Amino acid sequence: MSDTVSNTPGIAGEAESTAVQNGGLLRVLGPAHIWALGVGIVLVGEYMGWNFAVGKGGAYAALIACWFAGILYSCVAMLDSEVTSTVAAAGGQYTQAKHIIGPLMAFNVGLYLVFAYTMLEAANAITVGFLVETVAGMSGHEGLDPRPFIVLSIMFLAWLNYRGVLATLTFSLVITAIAFSAILILFLATSPVFGESPLRHVELMTDLPYGWLGVLAAMHFGLWYYLGIEGTCQAAEEVRSPARSLPFGTLAGVMTLAIAATLTWYVCVGLMPWEYLGQSGVPLFDAARLSGSTSLAVLLGIGTLFATLASANGCINDASRAWFAMGRDHYLPSWFGAVHPAYRTPYRSIIFLVPIALIFALGAPLDQVITFSILSGLLGYTFMPLNMMLFRRKWPLDSIKRGYEHPFHPIPAITLLCLCGITYFAVFLGYGTQLVAMIAFYIVVSLWFHFWRYRFVYRAAQFTMPWPKPKGY
Amino acid sequence: MLIWNLAEYVAWALSAVLGIHIVIDWLRTDSRYSEEQLTSSHEGQIEAMTEQHEL
Repeated sequence: MSDTVSNTPGIAGEAESTAVQNGGLLRVLGPAHIWALGVGIVLVGEYMGWNFAVGKGGAYAALIACWFAGILYSCVAMLDSEVTSTVAAAGGQYTQAKHIIGPLMAFNVGLYLVFAYTMLEAANAITVGFLVETVAGMSGHEGLDPRPFIVLSIMFLAWLNYRGVLATLTFSLVITAIAFSAILILFLATSPVFGESPLRHVELMTDLPYGWLGVLAAMHFGLWYYLGIEGTCQAAEEVRSPARSLPFGTLAGVMTLAIAATLTWYVCVGLMPWEYLGQSGVPLFDAARLSGSTSLAVLLGIGTLFATLASANGCINDASRAWFAMGRDHYLPSWFGAVHPAYRTPYRSIIFLVPIALIFALGAPLDQVITFSILSGLLGYTFMPLNMMLFRRKWPLDSIKRGYEHPFHPIPAITLLCLCGITYFAVFLGYGTQLVAMIAFYIVVSLWFHFWRYRFVYRAAQFTMPWPKPKGY
Repeated sequence: MLIWNLAEYVAWALSAVLGIHIVIDWLRTDSRYSEEQLTSSHEGQIEAMTEQHEL
């Protein structure tokens, strides 16, 4: 497997130079890679994190949150599929915002993406360190330093991303498939269909311990079941057939996650009381241990590690594409808009984000890092329905060719907007200070962009889609 | 245990090797190609050639 172009040591020759001049990112990905990118980023949320929803409102609250978040993300997937299959360029939602709303919105959306994915990458690296520390503790070695494993996970995945997108996402595909299969195997192995089952739903299920307010509070963590599926859009410039692969990979991804989330909830609440499950660090691994099978415990331990690595891998891929796209448009220094002539990756953006991820992974607490990731993601979801309404208004269905047209417009957009509103309230209940701090940060950087940075942007050159004039202009 | 202490050193060493490899390749690439060549990627190049965006 190679996704490099021929390259020889020494000074670049004439043929090489010509290749480089025409050299953007490499179009080598298929629908399976898109599925792996989307599901790979998210699946770690099934292995850990979602269960804090149980702690907030009980088992049924977590299920309600799971399905409400499922509706929210189905809307996200449909809206994203339509716009990205039409605006097929690196940067994903950033590029969509640039073409459909305007530069200031695009700058903000680009930053949401980079923050959401870089913070999530840092959180995943912290988790890798925690997992290795746990395994060492189980083998009788206390006091392991997790830092070398945190640094190694970031450096290895950055190196992989640096070397080429095909190898990177094929790696994601393999480890994501194993992690997803582990959930299916756990469900089947504990299911009453195949003999005696350890599941004890009748004894463990309770009513809503905190009533409907608990359900509302659980919504914040319900996002973890699906957070990051929208990252499929970042590969738009590297898929062979954007109009086919992006909608297929994204929609298949959200369906996979809905299945995995429901199975995860079913198995975990049948094995653990909600008071314990709501505080567990690695609920699926704990469920496998409680099933009494050593092989299941090993499998789910491997699944946890693979899901974490797949998520960090996808995050590096997506954050670097968003940063690269902003550099290419001069929204950031154009130095970041460089593509590696041999590996055809946005190598400077990948390198630039490594120390940032390391600083947060080594110096910030996990819950704060994840909260900033979720808040940036939520701001991005709020942009999507507005984006879709403007897209349909400015370029109606009969004006440009779309790879996918989502049904029932504007119901998904309005549903998404309403669910975002509910989730903001839920987040405000638990993390109001962080929410206000995050919004203040984006206001400050918006002022910087408007009054300083935008003067460096080649204003006409940034609109690249060969579309007709928008309706009404 | 010795194996875990060793694993820590191996992880630090591998991280350093990968980091150095990336930095060396980055510096070599930047010195071999002009900035114009490296930043010649344009958004929408292929779409402009293969899709007309017309019904």
